[in-house]
Amino acid sequence: MGIGTCHIKYLQLLTIIGLMLPALLGNAKTWHVNQQKDGKSIKKTLAQTAAYDTVVVHAGLYQEGNIVIDKPLFFIGNGNPILDGQKKFEILSIKSSNVTINGFTIKNSGYGTLDDPGGIKVYDANHVTISNNILDDNFFGIYIQYGKHCIIKNNKITAYGVEEQQIGNGIHCWKSDSLQIIGNNITGHRDGIYFEFVTGSIIWRNIAYNNIRYGLHFMFSNSDAYISNVFRGNGAGVAVMFTKDVKMFNNWFENNWGDAAYGLLLKEISDSYIFNNRFSANTTGIYMEGTNRIVVEKNSFKENGWGMKIQASCMDNKVTQNNFLGNTFDVSTNGTVVLNEFIQNYWDKYKGYDLDKNNIGDVPYHPLSLFSVIVEMNAPVMLLFRSFFISMLEESEKIIPSLTPENFIDNQPLMRAIKL
Amino acid sequence: MNRIIKFVMLDIIKNKIVLSYAILLAVLAWSVFSLEDNSAKGLLTLLNIMLLTVPLVSIIFSTIYIYNSSEFIELLVSQPIKRSKIWISLYIGLCLALITAFFIGIGLPLLLYAPLHIGIVFNITGFLVTIIFIAIAFLSAVLTRDKAKGIGMSIMLWLFFTMLFDGLVLFMLFQLADYPIEQAMVLITMLSPVDIARILMLLQLDISALLGYTGAIFKAFYGSGNGIIVSFLILLVWALVPFLISLKKFNKKDL
Repeated sequence: MGIGTCHIKYLQLLTIIGLMLPALLGNAKTWHVNQQKDGKSIKKTLAQTAAYDTVVVHAGLYQEGNIVIDKPLFFIGNGNPILDGQKKFEILSIKSSNVTINGFTIKNSGYGTLDDPGGIKVYDANHVTISNNILDDNFFGIYIQYGKHCIIKNNKITAYGVEEQQIGNGIHCWKSDSLQIIGNNITGHRDGIYFEFVTGSIIWRNIAYNNIRYGLHFMFSNSDAYISNVFRGNGAGVAVMFTKDVKMFNNWFENNWGDAAYGLLLKEISDSYIFNNRFSANTTGIYMEGTNRIVVEKNSFKENGWGMKIQASCMDNKVTQNNFLGNTFDVSTNGTVVLNEFIQNYWDKYKGYDLDKNNIGDVPYHPLSLFSVIVEMNAPVMLLFRSFFISMLEESEKIIPSLTPENFIDNQPLMRAIKL
Repeated sequence: MNRIIKFVMLDIIKNKIVLSYAILLAVLAWSVFSLEDNSAKGLLTLLNIMLLTVPLVSIIFSTIYIYNSSEFIELLVSQPIKRSKIWISLYIGLCLALITAFFIGIGLPLLLYAPLHIGIVFNITGFLVTIIFIAIAFLSAVLTRDKAKGIGMSIMLWLFFTMLFDGLVLFMLFQLADYPIEQAMVLITMLSPVDIARILMLLQLDISALLGYTGAIFKAFYGSGNGIIVSFLILLVWALVPFLISLKKFNKKDL
């Protein structure tokens, strides 16, 4: 523990020195903007600043249209000053590296599908920090394009979108690298967090809920990790597509309930690791299509319509040490060829026994129910859900499998749920 | 008329089978709700009971009851009472007795444990299923004098509605898989009261999302406020039509 604390203190010290470095090097000035007191405007003050100065904006309502920051600057809000875009302008445009934005309320950005105005938009800049802001009713919340080493931390991003086409994303990142998206709270946007061509980044401890489309939308973004996030009640859950080497740890996927909603939608993903996540009350916990060499380990699938839907286009995936509890269907697939491995999972529907008491059932478990196979063949059959006739068919299929693929099997089902 | 209803009800209560039916349902319902931590799961179990046990008991008990009261009916017919009055009173008496049993057994725990609107829809559906199968029992009892034949017919009808019909639907769905039959399926399910009741309840239980596109069509029909009322009306028709046919037959029947 001593070493750990030491390490953290050392890091903190480094950070403080790092922050102060520009101030120590040059004779950086601090500017104050206080509209209520002296009627100064932000734009005029910004024009007077030099690189690495600090601008403190005090509480008040600032309606100055589009504010452009084109030099390294500490742009700090004191007492939550409100920057209002009056539904006409992009509010903050950051066109320089080493900018810090902290403590503002940014609201009412303009709307435009051609230039995508955002509450805060970063153009080709590195080491930008955006923290502790409240973004309210913007078209895009925070938009980063060609950014590197940017930090987006502890922002509260709210919008009131009704239709997908009329609202942008909460945090939108495009062609960027080494971003840190930490502790943000995003709701009411199209996608909570949107990643396209973003590499080497981390998404940690964010909460994305009740967004219109996806909580997290992820495309062509290799080598990223998302850890300990909550995705709740989004229109279509979370989608991760066309990507390799993604790590998804300790996330909660909850209540993504609806006709086309998935806890986690995986499409064309390879070499990734899904560990210790919680999928509960989703229409489909994980939907996999064209997914290869993924390990799904120690996750909990609870009370979903389908725990996992694994399409026949997936291969060499390993599903192990997961708990399947109270799902309507634990697993379903649309083909007869099985190229994935299920081993040592806990299935609450398993009825086998364990004579040698090693916690591994002696009888293999077939997680695929007859009805789920029939429904994959012919979707309207779902109409007979919970019909007594179907239950009878299921029972006889369990005794003598004929329609369900024989090798879709967990050879070592666990007798007790894993503690997660 | 009231006197006959009263007599039938007293007779049924004395007979204790309906009493034990109520107790059986109550034991099932209370144990389901106290065992399951999740009331939605308990509801699904009760749904199975409602779609299987309730029709079975209603249809078999009523058929046998009518056959056993044939002497009583003959006695009444010899009195200056209209035949239709006798038949309707018998029907109402049986309905009241079995509905009360259902309400005490399943209805009360439902209202206590389940969300109110689900409890109410479930109760009404249960009442309707009960009176539908009593009506079907009346029809099969009036069609033949032979007790074995009549009870046999009742059992066959119960089997048909609870199991066979779904088998036919499954067969049809596969035969016509290439056609857009989702809309037509709404109409076809109306041909079985058990299916109407099942789908109506499933849609209340918020698992309609599992039903996909077909579910969306069904939700559009059964799920909306009007849809619930329409499906209740259809269930009512399912009770009235067999009963009215049986009434017509009874009026003309040579006892």
